Amino acid sequence: MSDNLREQLVLLPDYFQGHLLLTLISLSLGIIISIPLGVWAAQSKIVKRPLLTAVSIIQTFPSVAILAMVVALLGGQIGLVPAIIALVLYSMLPIVRNTVTGLETVADEVVEAARGIGMSSNQILTKVRLPLALPVIIAGIRTAAVWTVGVATLSTLVGATSFGNYIFTGLQTSNLVSVTVGSLAAALMAIVLDSIIGGIQWLTEQRNQKSSTRKFKQVKFIVITAVLLGGSFSAYSLLPEPKADFVIGGKAYTEQYIIAGLLATELEAAGFTVDQRIGMGTEVLYTATANGTVDVYLEYTGTVWANIMNNSHNPGRKVVLESVTDFVKGKDGMINVGTLGFQNRYALAMRKDRAQELGIVSIEDMIPLADGLIAAGDLEFFGRLEWITLRDTYNIDFAEKLTFDSTLMYTAVNEGQVDLITAYTSDGRVAAFDLQIIEDPRNSMLPYDSFLLASSRAAENNRFVEIMQTLVNQISDLEMREANRLVDVEGRSVSDAIAYLQTIIHE
Amino acid sequence: MIELKNLQKTFDNGATYAVANTSFSVEKGELLGLIGESGSGKTTTLKMINRLEEPSSGEVYVNGQNVLASNPEELRRNIGYVFQGIGLFPHYTVAENVAAVPQLLGWDDNRVKLRCQETLKMVGLPVEEYGARYSSQLSGGQQQRVGVARALASEPDVILMDEPFGALDPITRAELQEEFKRIQTNLNLTVIIVTHDMTEALLMADRIAVMKDGEVLQIGTPQELLNKPEHEYVKKMVDMPKRRADRLEKLVHSS
Ligand SMILES: Nc1ncnc2c1ncn2[C@@H]1O[C@H](COP(=O)(O)OP(=O)(O)OP(=O)(O)O)[C@@H](O)[C@H]1O
Ligand SMILES: [Mg+2]
Repeated sequence: MSDNLREQLVLLPDYFQGHLLLTLISLSLGIIISIPLGVWAAQSKIVKRPLLTAVSIIQTFPSVAILAMVVALLGGQIGLVPAIIALVLYSMLPIVRNTVTGLETVADEVVEAARGIGMSSNQILTKVRLPLALPVIIAGIRTAAVWTVGVATLSTLVGATSFGNYIFTGLQTSNLVSVTVGSLAAALMAIVLDSIIGGIQWLTEQRNQKSSTRKFKQVKFIVITAVLLGGSFSAYSLLPEPKADFVIGGKAYTEQYIIAGLLATELEAAGFTVDQRIGMGTEVLYTATANGTVDVYLEYTGTVWANIMNNSHNPGRKVVLESVTDFVKGKDGMINVGTLGFQNRYALAMRKDRAQELGIVSIEDMIPLADGLIAAGDLEFFGRLEWITLRDTYNIDFAEKLTFDSTLMYTAVNEGQVDLITAYTSDGRVAAFDLQIIEDPRNSMLPYDSFLLASSRAAENNRFVEIMQTLVNQISDLEMREANRLVDVEGRSVSDAIAYLQTIIHE
Repeated sequence: MIELKNLQKTFDNGATYAVANTSFSVEKGELLGLIGESGSGKTTTLKMINRLEEPSSGEVYVNGQNVLASNPEELRRNIGYVFQGIGLFPHYTVAENVAAVPQLLGWDDNRVKLRCQETLKMVGLPVEEYGARYSSQLSGGQQQRVGVARALASEPDVILMDEPFGALDPITRAELQEEFKRIQTNLNLTVIIVTHDMTEALLMADRIAVMKDGEVLQIGTPQELLNKPEHEYVKKMVDMPKRRADRLEKLVHSS
């Protein structure tokens, strides 16, 4: 077995538990909410249309959007609660719809007979219509279960542990093994759940005729055993776990995985317990740290400056850093524990030989040559503030401005199809293709200094601050680029990259 | 005792009447046959008696009580009803189907169980053999018998039956007719049986009401209908069984 696979399997129990818990809780709540709604809809024409329309509309929303909205509505809370709410909303359509259909398709003459012998409408519902609709309702639950297992993988994005952790980490760090393990595990869970509920459905369908056959008894035995096992396992999972001392957050790309892992390793070495919640978006992560659900993560000054503080000018590296530090402190009591040393900002980059040939070291050197140069940007660069300030500061424009997917962009410059690209300063591919970062003496590019943003709670812990400070200004652009390259280009594991950074920090 | 006064039912706001201006009464212990062609309003009439349909106008009295003034669920629990489409509950066993009404009435379990055995035996389906079966495991005729047993189970003194013997083979049918007639006489039940079959009506009923297009054309004893039909239609209806009986008699004597 490869190291990579072994590394992934170590995570399995945790992710399995998280995923199962999410699925079972959401599904149970979905059932408890949706069946009464379905009953209500089947009995009232006024309710039926609007309700079915509402649950169908929820379903057409991209699940990621629902997750984001729930987090926003909860004031930035992350973790199990928003994930469960989103999953419940998502599970409702098939259950509500099948409850309505099931109740409506009970034969009229049976309902009339129930009325005719003197049952009240409630008795007709509970003694006749619901039992007869049960197989159809269970079929709806079965569909909902499979969807829930699938959508639960997205819970990773709001900081709830699931098989999604495998998938998102794997996608971001080009770790195919991780993606495969996560997808297979989710698929397997869906199949098992589908079979168990399918078994229950079969039992309810056969109940009227074959309840004495051997097969019926066998299926019944298997289903009951499975339900008991699943039930007691999730009850066990619900037991309060000892809360970790610190929760480390992270966004969804390689650099973030590496630094979060580094923080975890350092804290654990000092005897703390930590939890990692990686794969979230900036907004979610920032609010979660403000409200103390996350204790520390890697942020960039430019991100806070532009996206959170909504600034659109560039007063220079130092001022941005100071304003950001004051801003996070003043508004939510968060602490900038310190910069790590590297930046992850946009920069123009060229192949070394081409730069030498043209004699380009800084953007100023480009001004006279610009109308003969072909530039390539990622999908958004030429629409961003950075490009406008760059253009105006140096009064520069290029002969051609092409837009590429970032991977293709690097290939294009490496193969000489374009002269320069808009790289990211800590990108591993800058190192891999041995590109030269062109200097920006007039500071036209917004600075993106990396820094550790900590919650007010964590910042009160002196030992924590001490440990974090041992990392301050220890990682240069070059070194972060190398760490990223190990994972993104060489396909090494995140732990290898962490080990590499540790040798640099503790040398 | 059942009494219908000027009973009318329209499903289309008066454009047509499924039941028009119908009045008749059934005495205590009497068995009335309600006969007529398809769509003549027999089922609708029956359903208005236990308020499965609400009359458009007119009144119905059961045992002196105006049904429109009584609680419909209670009313129905106290009137046995055999449905045209049988209407057994597919998710209940035979025994559970029969026990349904007594349970609704709140009888204790023991009494329900005994009564179940008793009624199933009356219709020739011993509980030991049939009690645990589901309706999908019975023949059409057996299902009809369970329907009859269910209507008898709560010991009602009024029973409404909508084509209760429709799906039976001639021999079983005749047996069950006789059996039911015996039960009815013994328990002094007031019964309305809806049927298409004039022979059945003639042989079982104390009186027969002939319906056509929502109206009762004639009501009278079998003898009265046979000897003094007041309408061409009634005459046509009784002629057929009469001619058959004559032919059968000739056959018997010619051999
Ligand atoms: N719920 C209803 N809505 C509209 N029309 C109805 C309804 N029930 C019965 N009818 C109409 O009323 C008329 C009488 O129907 P009913 O069921 O009483 O006939 P029937 O004598 O029982 O016929 P059959 O012997 O076929 O059972 C028919 O024309 C039928 O179409
Ligand atoms: Mg009818």
